[in-house]
Amino acid sequence: MAVKTYLQAISDGLRQEMQRDRRVYVIGEDVGVYGGAFKVTQGFQEEFGPWRVIDAPLSETAIVGSCTGAAIMGMRPVAEMQFADFVSCAWDQLVTVSAKQFYRAGTPVPIVVRLPSGGGFSGGPFHSQNPESSFAHIPGLKIVCPATPADAKGLIASSIEDANPVLYFEHKHLYRRIKDEVPDERYTVPFGQARIHREGDDITVVTWGAMVYTADEAANALAEEDVSVEVIDLRTIVPWDKEAVLKSVEKTSKVLVLHEDTRTGGFGAEIAATITEESFENLDAPVRRITAPDSPVPFSPPLEKAFIPQVEDVVAGLRDLAGY
Amino acid sequence: MAIAREAEPVGTLKEVRDAGLDREDLLGVYRTMLLTRGIEERGHILYKQGKIPGSFYTGRGNEAASVGVATAMGGDDVGTPLHRDMGVHVVRGVEPWRIFAQYMGRADGPTRGRDGNVHMADSRLGLIAMVSHLPAMLPVAVGCALAFRIREERRVAVGWYGEGASARGDAHEAMNLAGTRRLPVVFVCDNNQWAYSTPTHLEYACETLADRAQGYGFEGVVVDGTDVLAVYREAKRAIEKAREGGGPTLIECLTLRMEGHAVHDDAFYVPKEMFEEWAKRDPLERFRTWLRDNAELTDDEEDEIAAEIKKALNDAIKRADESPLPDGKDVTDHVFASAEDLDTPHHK
Repeated sequence: MAVKTYLQAISDGLRQEMQRDRRVYVIGEDVGVYGGAFKVTQGFQEEFGPWRVIDAPLSETAIVGSCTGAAIMGMRPVAEMQFADFVSCAWDQLVTVSAKQFYRAGTPVPIVVRLPSGGGFSGGPFHSQNPESSFAHIPGLKIVCPATPADAKGLIASSIEDANPVLYFEHKHLYRRIKDEVPDERYTVPFGQARIHREGDDITVVTWGAMVYTADEAANALAEEDVSVEVIDLRTIVPWDKEAVLKSVEKTSKVLVLHEDTRTGGFGAEIAATITEESFENLDAPVRRITAPDSPVPFSPPLEKAFIPQVEDVVAGLRDLAGY
Repeated sequence: MAIAREAEPVGTLKEVRDAGLDREDLLGVYRTMLLTRGIEERGHILYKQGKIPGSFYTGRGNEAASVGVATAMGGDDVGTPLHRDMGVHVVRGVEPWRIFAQYMGRADGPTRGRDGNVHMADSRLGLIAMVSHLPAMLPVAVGCALAFRIREERRVAVGWYGEGASARGDAHEAMNLAGTRRLPVVFVCDNNQWAYSTPTHLEYACETLADRAQGYGFEGVVVDGTDVLAVYREAKRAIEKAREGGGPTLIECLTLRMEGHAVHDDAFYVPKEMFEEWAKRDPLERFRTWLRDNAELTDDEEDEIAAEIKKALNDAIKRADESPLPDGKDVTDHVFASAEDLDTPHHK
């Protein structure tokens, strides 16, 4: 056990998978010689060679599409999108080819696409997005959004092991900011099993990724006002741990769903609808959503601050719920 | 002046033997072409009888191109054939009754009723099922070749597309990646001159699509796609070159789509003279004549082959008709694969 950054945990997890399984290879733009735009694969090409750490042309369709072919041929490809935003160029390959191949033809497509996502550093409209909800709508894709270094490592292993196309969203704002203890040995974290980040009795916050920490800070503020907040980190949103959420709602009777993605059709809407459908009688207040507004991610700091849900926004939402 | 090489027609039986086919092989190719057309003709009838839901597509006119290329593939090679390439499935050994079951949306079709018409493949036979979004399968074929290159296997992937699909970015990205890494992949463009109602001059402005290969750093060749032997020879050459580490080749097979885009389309936009001119080059008739002139195909043999195909088709349709329809309660089965599903020859 050693203290690692979130980024180092992803890197270590990926390296361990490549060491134990020769079928695993990495492909992406600048992943080899340069070690990746964020250095997740730094040193990999020296260790595994140029045919397992492949510098691809600027070509997301070919990167993801080739992963599908290689996976069907028995490999376990891990593609890196330089930024999650660029996955739009590979939409067709993921949604049309990879996601439906097993259903249609019985051919599993075990690929992982790593997606550095999220804002908070003036990345602007094309280097800051959180497109997980768009893909959550596509049957056949699994969606992983780790928040902690330990989960980042365990979930990269379970993503590679999974028999399906997995979109692994790694939040850029957590890369070097979040450090925690990470086991040295290999382990997996199961999909669809939420983590209670913080126990509480009065209000449940359901969230994932970087917003786990925003929720935690807001919960600290509410604790001073004698409101006890439970923070649920979903870890994976396809599949998502409905049971854990409903169990918490039964206890607290009030829910706030928080995400950094935009509002309309965001995954929070799915969670809110499910709670309303399946646990209406346990609710003492309407399910509350705090999300980014329905706009592109803006560049200038005051605009971006207004876009990304802030601790004070969550505090205000929790206070409203507490007083309902 | 075209950049790509223009393939010569195949002449004598000796030339064909040099390319690796003996007389038995040639009769096998002829049977496969007849069976391919027969499957699609009978499918068309079943469609008109209301036994096939949805729409129905054929590859009439493309039998030489699809069968010629597939015959040149090795047993461990793989491919991503499209909707004019039924011949590839037939060569690789998909049983005709399963194709009819597929057409009719039955549980025993290769997609178990999850997808229709020629949107199918049996991965155990080295084929990957196409999607409608052409040419989205080309990057997938390149990925197969990448896997072979990483593992240093002497296997080749074949990716099909059409002249319409050549206009989309996937084709470019696939060929560019394959070219930069000299991957063992052969691109086959079935240029049947019509993308639905759109003629070639509205799809591309270069002289031949094979010319584009030079831009990706590999060889392009234009071949008469109605000449099964020329197609076979060029495909064999390209596949073996790829196997030996010589990188990709782009083969453009010139054909004519002898029918509409699908059965609902009467192709009014195709000039009548064009159909008439290309009817003279019907790939089946052409090969039959060649076999009679060069390989002593006799009337008796022809009758025997025709009877054999007819029986095979009748038996196949009967068996397919006995296949059950899928059960609606299973609609969400197989959305996700489990670890056991990875226990396939490819994944071992």
